[in-house]
Amino acid sequence: MEYFHSVRLDWSRCKGCTNCIKRCPTEAIRVREGKAYIIQERCIDCGECIRVCPNHAKTAVGDSLEELSAYQYNIALPAPSFVSQFAPRASLEQTLGSLISLGFDAIFEVALAAEIVSKAARRYLDNYRGKRPLISPACPAVVGLIQVRFPSLLDQLLPLATPMDVAARLAKREGVAASGLPPEAVGTFFISPCPAKITAARQRRNGLAGPDGVIPMRDIYGDVLQNLKSAAPYPSRAGAGGYGWGHSGGEKKCIGGPHLLEVDGINQVIDVLTMIEAGYLQDIDYLEMQACPGGCVGGALMVTNPYVARMRLRELTSRIGPRPEELPEAGDSLKPYSYLPRPALRLDPDLATALEKMHQVEATDKMLPGLDCGACGAPSCRAFAEDVVRGEAQDIDCIIVLRERVRVVAEEVVELARKLPVSMARPERGNDKDEAE
Amino acid sequence: MKRNSKQPLEIVIPIKMKDFKAGGDGAARIKQVLQKIGFPPDIIRRVAIAAYEAEMNIVINSLGGEIKATVSTDVITIIARDYGPGIPDIELAMQEGYSTAPREIQEMGFGAGMGLPNIRRCADRMTVESKQGQGTTITIEIYNR
Ligand SMILES: Nc1ncnc2c1ncn2[C@@H]1O[C@H](COP(=O)(O)OP(=O)(O)OP(=O)(O)O)[C@@H](O)[C@H]1O
Ligand code: SF4
Ligand SMILES: [Mg+2]
Repeated sequence: MEYFHSVRLDWSRCKGCTNCIKRCPTEAIRVREGKAYIIQERCIDCGECIRVCPNHAKTAVGDSLEELSAYQYNIALPAPSFVSQFAPRASLEQTLGSLISLGFDAIFEVALAAEIVSKAARRYLDNYRGKRPLISPACPAVVGLIQVRFPSLLDQLLPLATPMDVAARLAKREGVAASGLPPEAVGTFFISPCPAKITAARQRRNGLAGPDGVIPMRDIYGDVLQNLKSAAPYPSRAGAGGYGWGHSGGEKKCIGGPHLLEVDGINQVIDVLTMIEAGYLQDIDYLEMQACPGGCVGGALMVTNPYVARMRLRELTSRIGPRPEELPEAGDSLKPYSYLPRPALRLDPDLATALEKMHQVEATDKMLPGLDCGACGAPSCRAFAEDVVRGEAQDIDCIIVLRERVRVVAEEVVELARKLPVSMARPERGNDKDEAE
Repeated sequence: MKRNSKQPLEIVIPIKMKDFKAGGDGAARIKQVLQKIGFPPDIIRRVAIAAYEAEMNIVINSLGGEIKATVSTDVITIIARDYGPGIPDIELAMQEGYSTAPREIQEMGFGAGMGLPNIRRCADRMTVESKQGQGTTITIEIYNR
């Protein structure tokens, strides 16, 4: 199976420093010949490597504003976290308006779709009697993590579409009505805080619709800023609840009710998923999970510091009503994907062969120093042992193993250097049997 | 390094008493190995639950011990062994809700008395042997079929 990924490496910037390899939660990065490369099957586009790279060599590739010309009527779908980047320099309405100056014809706030999803989620939770807790599918990096590392939890993903997809579907409907154009002439563009959403939008499955394009927030930040003051205000239809989805805890609050838990930051998410897999936290109904620190305000393609952005978003939403007056009819826009496991970590598709390989991994691991130094290009000695068994690395790529091997060879060389041609050799005194007697 | 692939894989993880910080690491390591071998998710989840409960019981109730996972393509065996003090009444301990965990352990989220019953639910076969003053050995088998 092929995966599209938005996270890419800028070769000219990468110094092969190995900073990124250890941060990757699916061990998807290796350094080879001085450059990092991403193992595509494993990447979940969480953006951790983008955040940690000191040389800014990791980037995310999305669509550009030029793609708008492929459609006759374009609708921007700003993520709830979008406005946090521009407050307090402009009001909510003015920030939305600046998107119009970039060439869009209309705006459909993803925050509005988030309200619809929250309402449907509440209804679903009220009637749900299955395995708990249910897990939010809104953060695609978390969904990817579950697919790769916690596939037994896939059936606990809340079976509702994400706010991004709901917004795309409803915006298309409204755009067709407003313009009188056929659906394929109406373009919907999500403004994304992260690479994970770019990838999610590109990996359309089951023929279910999502946005037609995704524009990285970072790419249009400057343009929005420039138009901010002069833009005509564009009316907002969402409430504070929907906008709350832009930071950690907001989704939980918008859905409402007891026994909801929010978790943010990829390592905390891994911790809590591990607990759930071991059967814990069954007293919790619903888990809001976001891969980024502080939630989407901390997305890898955002510009403002996540904590500052969160405060700005809260300030901004404190001035608008908690709920929109009227929600658009959801129709069939809430139809979810069914997510399948991504067995990207297994050593071999055949169980018996994989077991045999695991024997070899254990044996190889025992020969390694356990320093996890990264000089071999793998994130840990253990991961390196797996690479060796998979045939993707050689044991002497480990500098410690190599040094040991050199030592053995050097000793042999010294030994050999002592040897004389047989014609010249004399019996060595200490070892002479006759003499010892 | 050729080996008969019928030979099961053995992973032994020592468990220290009262080491709450590391508690669960053994089960996590076993899970990781099974995932890399490619066992189905539901089998892995059952092993994860059973191994975690067995591990935490050693951490909380015993003087320390070890968890050994023996993995072949058709059965995964977890043997949790500790050095004491042993379980005085196994039948009682196996009952749902029975726990001797003190308040401070309960405050950490343990001590619902559900560990051993949960292991039984996840296992295809389970045996508990215990000698007072000597220790406890729990053997858990989960079949892959
Ligand atoms: N390895 C052990 N050594 C000694 N006693 C044990 C051991 N394992 C369990 N017990 C005893 O059996 C009781 C029940 O164990 P069980 O795992 O079912 O519940 P718990 O550990 O008390 O609570 P929970 O597992 O729900 O957190 C324990 O409270 C303890 O008294
Ligand atoms: S938390 Fe939000 S910004 Fe971060 S990866 Fe998930 S969806 Fe994207
Ligand atoms: Mg227990």
